Amino acid sequence: MSRITLLYLQVLVAVVALVLWQFFTTVPLFGRILLPPFFFSNPVDVFSQIVKWFSTGVIWKHLAITLWESILAFVIGSAGGILVGFWFARQPRVAAVFDPYVKMVNALPRVVLAPIFALWFGLGVWSKVALGVTLVFFIVFFNVYQGVKEVPTTVLDNGRMLGMNERQLMRHVYWPSALSWMFSSLHTSVGFAVVGAVVGEYLGAAAGLGYLIQQAEGVFDVAGVFAGMFVLSAFVLLIDMVVTLVEKRLLVWRPTAVRQD
Amino acid sequence: MEKTGPTAVALDDATVAFRLADGRVYTAVEKASLAVAHGEFVAIVGPTGCGKSTLLNVAAGLLRPAGGAVRIFDQPLAGLNRDAGYLFQADALFPWKTAIDNVAIGLEITGTPRVEALARAQKWLGSVGLGAFAGRYPHMLSGGQRKRVALAQVLIRDPKILLMDEPFGPLDAQTRQIMGNLLLELWSADRKAVLFVTHDLEEAIALADRVVIMSAGPSARIIGDWRIALPRPRDISEVRMEKDFHALHREIWSVLKDEVMKGYVQSTQAGAA
Ligand SMILES: Nc1ncnc2c1ncn2[C@@H]1O[C@H](COP(=O)(O)OP(=O)(O)OP(=O)(O)O)[C@@H](O)[C@H]1O
Ligand SMILES: [Mg+2]
Repeated sequence: MSRITLLYLQVLVAVVALVLWQFFTTVPLFGRILLPPFFFSNPVDVFSQIVKWFSTGVIWKHLAITLWESILAFVIGSAGGILVGFWFARQPRVAAVFDPYVKMVNALPRVVLAPIFALWFGLGVWSKVALGVTLVFFIVFFNVYQGVKEVPTTVLDNGRMLGMNERQLMRHVYWPSALSWMFSSLHTSVGFAVVGAVVGEYLGAAAGLGYLIQQAEGVFDVAGVFAGMFVLSAFVLLIDMVVTLVEKRLLVWRPTAVRQD
Repeated sequence: MEKTGPTAVALDDATVAFRLADGRVYTAVEKASLAVAHGEFVAIVGPTGCGKSTLLNVAAGLLRPAGGAVRIFDQPLAGLNRDAGYLFQADALFPWKTAIDNVAIGLEITGTPRVEALARAQKWLGSVGLGAFAGRYPHMLSGGQRKRVALAQVLIRDPKILLMDEPFGPLDAQTRQIMGNLLLELWSADRKAVLFVTHDLEEAIALADRVVIMSAGPSARIIGDWRIALPRPRDISEVRMEKDFHALHREIWSVLKDEVMKGYVQSTQAGAA
C-alpha cells in the first residue's frame, strides 16, 4: 500500500466515524434518536468546545500544568529507576532481599495511592508527580536491571581483557547497555508519566487536563468530556512523536530501534 | 625454531570441568600440558567441541582450571592475564561504539588522549583494510569485517601474548591469506607469543612454529605436537607449494582425521542424548 493510499484510508476512517456519530446523535431514526445527545454529545459541539478552549486560551494553562507534571514524573522516576536498577543488578544479594517487596509494590494498582499522595503532598503538582513517579520508576527500573544483567558475557570479558577496571566497565559496557534497554521502553515510560499526571488530576486537582475532564463530567457536560479526551489524545501523540525523534538519535547503533508499546 | 626466551604461557596438567545444568560434571579438558615460549607462534587444531576455546579462556585467566596450574612468564596466574590480548571466537565488539571507537578504547582506558587514540585507531583500521569503515557501528559490518575490527582492537594495545580463537573463520580464502600475511608481518617485526586456534590445518602449518593437536572430547588431551621447520619469512600462499609442507600436512592429518571423526560422532550422540 502506498503512503498516499494509506493516509487516504486513515482519514476516511475518521470521517466515517465522525459522520456516523453526527448522524446518530442528530437525525431521528424510526421516530427516535439512537444516541441521545445528552450522553453522546455530537462532533460539532465537541469541536466548537475545543475551538473555544483554544481561542480563549484557557486550555494552555491546563496543558502546561499536565506537561510539567509529566516531565517531573518522568525525570524523577527515571533517575530513581536507573539508580536502583544499577544498584540491584550489581548487588545480587540486595536484589534478592528486596525482590518480594518490589514485586508487591509493583503489583499494586497505583490509583489507590492517589488519595494518600493527595494527603501527603496536597492537591498541587507534587501529588500528581508522585503518582507518575510510581509508574515510571518500575518500568525504568526493570529495564535498567535487565540491561545490566543481559550484557553478553563475551562483550564483558572483552572489556576486562582490554584492561577495563570496574569503573570503566560501568561507563563503557553496563551503562550503554542499560540505557539502550531504558530507551527501548521510552514510549511506555513517557506514556505512564502522562497517565500518572492525568489520573492524579482527575482524582483531585485545581488545574490540568484531567481536572478539565473531571469538571466537565461533574456538570454532565459530555461535549466537554469528549473535547478533553481529544485534546489529551493529541497531546499524547505529540509527545510520542518527540520521543520517536529522540529515540532515533540515541539508538543509532541498534540494528532496529526496538519499540515496546 | 629454537626457544627465544622464557615461557610466556605454560599450562601444567590443566584440567577443566563444567557443571552442567542437571548437576553432572563434564570434564572438557583433562591434564593438558602446553608451553608457549616468548616469541613463539603455536597453533592449536582439534575437532569441534574438543576444548580449544576452553584452553584459551584458561590462558586468559577467564576460567579457573579444576586441576593443574597456569603460569604466565613463569609466574602463577591469579585473576586475569594482564599480558594477553584475546581475540574472541564470538562477536565481542561493543555494539554501541563505532568501529574506530571500538579500536581506540583499549588506548583510551589507559589514559591516552582521545585525539591520539583515534589517530592510531584509524591507522590500525587501515592496516586491516577497513580505513573507510571507521564510522560504522558493528551491526553495519559483515562478520569478516567485525573480526578484523576486533583484531585491530586487540593489536593496538600491543600485548605480549596474543590469544586468537579462529580469527579468520568468517573470512574468504583471499582475505584469509592477506590477513595471515599481515599477522606474520606484524609478528615478525615484534615477536609476541601467539596461541592461535584454528580448525584449518593448512592455515596452522602455514603460520605456526608449532602445531598442537587435541583429541576429541570429553576429557580432551593434547595428543600431538609438531615443530614446523619451514623457513621464515613465509608467504602463506607460497609456503603451501613446498614439499615439506605436504609431508607435514600428510603426517598431522593422519592423526587428526581419526579425532575429527570421533569428535563428530560423539557430538551427534551427545546432541541426541
Ligand atoms: N559453560 C559450559 N558449560 C558446560 N559445558 C561447556 C561450557 N563451555 C564449554 N563447554 C563444553 O566444553 C567442550 C569444549 O568447548 P570449547 O568451546 O572449548 O570447544 P572448541 O574446541 O572451542 O570448539 P569449536 O571449534 O567448535 O569452537 C564442549 O563440549 C562444550 O560443550
Ligand atoms: Mg571454540
